[in-house]
Amino acid sequence: MITALKRIVRAGFVGFWRNAFVSIAAIFVMTVALFVIGATMMIDTLLGVSLENIQDKVDINVYFVPNAEQMDIDSLQRSLEALPDVESVTFTSREQALAEFTERHKNDEVIMQGLEELGDNPLGASLSIRAKETSQYEGIATFLEDQKAAEDPSKPLIDEVNFVKNKEAINKLTAIIQAVEKSTFIAMVILVLASVLITFNTIRLAIYTTREEISVMRLVGASNMYIRGPFMLQGIMYGLIAGVLALLILYPIVLYLGPATEQFFQFNLFNYFVTDFGYIFAVLVGTGIVLGMVSSAFAVARYLRV
Amino acid sequence: MIYFDNVSKRYSDGRSVALDGVSFQVAPKEFVSIVGHSGAGKTTLLRMLIAEDRPTEGQVFFESIDVHKIPRSKLPKYRRKIGTVFQDFKLLPHKTAYENIAFAMEANGRSDDEIAENVPQALALVDLEDKVWNFPGELSGGEKQRVAIARAIVNQPDIIIADEPTGNLDPIATYEVVQILKKINDLGTTVIMTTHNKGVIDELGRRVITMDEGRIVRDDNEGKYVL
Repeated sequence: MITALKRIVRAGFVGFWRNAFVSIAAIFVMTVALFVIGATMMIDTLLGVSLENIQDKVDINVYFVPNAEQMDIDSLQRSLEALPDVESVTFTSREQALAEFTERHKNDEVIMQGLEELGDNPLGASLSIRAKETSQYEGIATFLEDQKAAEDPSKPLIDEVNFVKNKEAINKLTAIIQAVEKSTFIAMVILVLASVLITFNTIRLAIYTTREEISVMRLVGASNMYIRGPFMLQGIMYGLIAGVLALLILYPIVLYLGPATEQFFQFNLFNYFVTDFGYIFAVLVGTGIVLGMVSSAFAVARYLRV
Repeated sequence: MIYFDNVSKRYSDGRSVALDGVSFQVAPKEFVSIVGHSGAGKTTLLRMLIAEDRPTEGQVFFESIDVHKIPRSKLPKYRRKIGTVFQDFKLLPHKTAYENIAFAMEANGRSDDEIAENVPQALALVDLEDKVWNFPGELSGGEKQRVAIARAIVNQPDIIIADEPTGNLDPIATYEVVQILKKINDLGTTVIMTTHNKGVIDELGRRVITMDEGRIVRDDNEGKYVL
């Protein structure tokens, strides 16, 4: 038993080296396949994050005029908090609003210069209201519009309620992202299937070159497992190497894309790659190993049939 | 030790018949030649015996075992009782003569010590001690066939099946190969050989089964090549 295992392992390694060219071809094809799987994983993660971000951003903001009285704002906040549909109300002071604005646009020279020229803080305080359910925003918005309408025109308080303006954009973005997610999912399934088929065919081709050897092995009474073993081991080695190579190719790409995704999605792809490396490694290398092993087993089975 | 009981093989088109009600027995230590034209069913007969092919009717027994009732997982073990030699040698081109023979023993799970001991013996039996480390491409047809025979006998099978072993060989190599098969038979191994070489049969003077169109037409104990 141990002798057989030893021989299977040795035959696997010898076969790998002796057919180096075929091995390299198989590894190359599998690397591409696994890279495609890895890349779709990254894209899928980004899309998921951006959908979450957007859904998270659904809220109603009430902007007050810059000279609004704190007392009036407080009383509006209290009456909002009294509404049953409201989950939370967050107050942002004028100073906080300015600080956030400056932080967000610190890389934009023009805006920063404009702000400096103004001298005064042009921003008003605001309340950010979050409903318990997305569908409840409509009612809260109506309540706020009523409040605004009831104001004394000579002494305005509410500058703008941004729900109506955001609503369409939010709905549209959500629809776009969901459509993109759906199509990437379909694309991913097709790509993964294509990768599996290409890998399977490459390995079958690799084994085709040794079919004589397989028939001789059967002739001399080698057991099926003894025949299949070295090929499956080779498949595992292809998958392992291809998985590692795919990760090595992905690394500089996410490293390069990291800052860009940080800005665009508020999500650093490189950090994700680093923190979830174990998971990504397991998926890619695991897929490679299983794919290589199963492909080899199937390919050899063709020549084992009586 | 081998019994063919009314074995027929028809192909799926329903008309072509490879074997038609073939019955015969082979006793231990016999040397049986099967002769006949191409397509007479000689090779099909041998394929039945190593369970590469199934009969449409009838049974094939090896001792008390019904060959075609052996479960697929047990087939390799069964095939180890049979050494096979083919017209086209079926040697592994990337292995030396020694490695080709050792390979058969490794596949059977024999120990390294046994391999080191038995391979040279098998090569000595076929007179190839001086070609141990040559690759098949460096050997003549007769030498290749002798390596193939050494590989077939190295696991000490109960029976050797040789399908046209001299088909690709010149007269001298043919003579050598037949002498080796005779020697193996004298050492106690049953041999079943197919051929259409008249000279080989007439020289051997052993049992001859003559086939034609899937049927046995003659079975003589000290037969001649009659067709």
